[in-house]
Amino acid sequence: MSTSNGFKSGSTLERMLRAGHFAVTGELGPPQSCDSHHIREKCGHLKGVVDGVNVTDNQTAVVRMSSLGASVIAVQEGLEPVMQMTCRDRNRLAMQADYLAAYALGVRNMLALTGDHQSFGNHPTAKNVHDLDSLQQLRMLKELRDEKRFQCGDPVKGQEPRFFVGAAAAPEAHPVEWRPQRLAKKAAAGADFVQTQLVYNVPAFKKYMEEVRRLGVHEELSVLVGVGPLKGPAMARHMRDHVPGITVPEHVIERIEGAAAGIPPEEKAERQKAWKAEGIRMCIELIQELREIEGVAGVHVMAIEWEEAVEPIVRGAGLLPRPGV
Amino acid sequence: MIVGEQKPLEEITASLGGARRVVVAGCGTCVTVCLAGGEKEAQLLASALRMATALAGAPVAVSDVTVQRQCEWEYLDAIRDPVKAADAVVSLACGIGVQAMARHFADTWVVPGLNTTFLGLPEQQGIWTEQCQCCGNCMLAQTGGICPIARCSKQVQNGPCGGSENGLCEIKRVVRDHGVPVTRTDARGKQVPVTEDVECAWHLIHERLKAKGRLDLITGLMPAKDWSTSRDGGPRRIVREDLLLLDEG
Repeated sequence: MSTSNGFKSGSTLERMLRAGHFAVTGELGPPQSCDSHHIREKCGHLKGVVDGVNVTDNQTAVVRMSSLGASVIAVQEGLEPVMQMTCRDRNRLAMQADYLAAYALGVRNMLALTGDHQSFGNHPTAKNVHDLDSLQQLRMLKELRDEKRFQCGDPVKGQEPRFFVGAAAAPEAHPVEWRPQRLAKKAAAGADFVQTQLVYNVPAFKKYMEEVRRLGVHEELSVLVGVGPLKGPAMARHMRDHVPGITVPEHVIERIEGAAAGIPPEEKAERQKAWKAEGIRMCIELIQELREIEGVAGVHVMAIEWEEAVEPIVRGAGLLPRPGV
Repeated sequence: MIVGEQKPLEEITASLGGARRVVVAGCGTCVTVCLAGGEKEAQLLASALRMATALAGAPVAVSDVTVQRQCEWEYLDAIRDPVKAADAVVSLACGIGVQAMARHFADTWVVPGLNTTFLGLPEQQGIWTEQCQCCGNCMLAQTGGICPIARCSKQVQNGPCGGSENGLCEIKRVVRDHGVPVTRTDARGKQVPVTEDVECAWHLIHERLKAKGRLDLITGLMPAKDWSTSRDGGPRRIVREDLLLLDEG
């Protein structure tokens, strides 16, 4: 594996990006239980539709099946996982131990995250770890692969974990002017690709990408833009008002509101259906618009607890069938 | 300074273990300055304990005494007599003073009257904030004099993370009174914690370095931190050969 045609990891996602195809990744949140059928069902919605699926690591600091366990189930289902690893729950020993296990079990993409603060989740009295931050984690992943040594400097005694290394980016978080620079830091630390926070504000994202191109970072890593279908006006307003690093322009809110304009308030199901259909249409148009921006290598479709929306979005954007690599 | 906050009276009373004679010991240094455990607070707590135990039908004789520093043996020697005469001592010093007292007076039951909260400074009268976590490997030279270890919610060393907005961290701090979360009733009639905004340390670092023309300090990767100088290396100790008193003769 380690000498496979110059590929770093040989993952489908890496091959797709290397071949110059517009990449598509999705998201899979493991269950708050041991129910593997839940994961297999979600995999069914995404198989053949995305090149890789992010398997979240105790997302929003709520305990779920581990990203390692759920990633292995995805592998069994023929879906390529992008395993997430937060700095919140593990120190450098635990992270590296899980990398070894993940690679041995067929995981080929690893995404380094700081992790949501535990105060947002269901164990707010927990102690957080933060031995490393996400950039230091990226460096550790790169050194394990390219220098075949552990974080401490000791050599890996046998097969090294060769991951296609990912990171997250928040183009609209503050201070906005520092964000392209931070992306450059992530590239230098070892990120091969990055998935952004949800983008609804295209002009703001274009401005970010201008600076990213000026720094040449888009040539050092692949930028996958985060997109997600709105389920309705409430979700749009929540994103606008309560999620740091996301701005939702007024015209976006107005359009999703307008989708149910002719339907009486008491017909709740009909209104929701209209909003969701419009949310999918808007997401498709957004992808088409973002795709035109130089330096955008793909999209990361986040349809949280709405996996069945991914296929129509990807199809609508003209990205199916996925190219064979 | 070391900042502390008094424990709830009920917790202190419960920790006395049935003692009949109690000394409340104040400390004249940090906890005096932060108005949590000095002479005045020792007197007030002694009085409150007398009243509480009398009301409960089991009156306890409570006196108070305050020393300059509970973390130095010579000051503790000066209160040997009142301490020896008591069944229990409520130390209003920080955790260092409580431990020094317990070690120096091994036969006496010593309990804390404060929660030692953090190393910090008074922002203004009545408000203190944490500034240092004693990681043992100071990085303030790289971060413009603002500590991300003590002041970033995730101890991010290559920040700011994606949760920074308008100079604030995405997390909210739970407001506490004597260590206990303050709650309010929300619109649904449910008790929820009262919270307040937290500054984003990395926003402050970025602003300061930008103003100083030193953003170059945070352009490169801050490598993985060596935590062995922190608590993670076990209880820490400093030995200064140049200061050791030689055994004469």
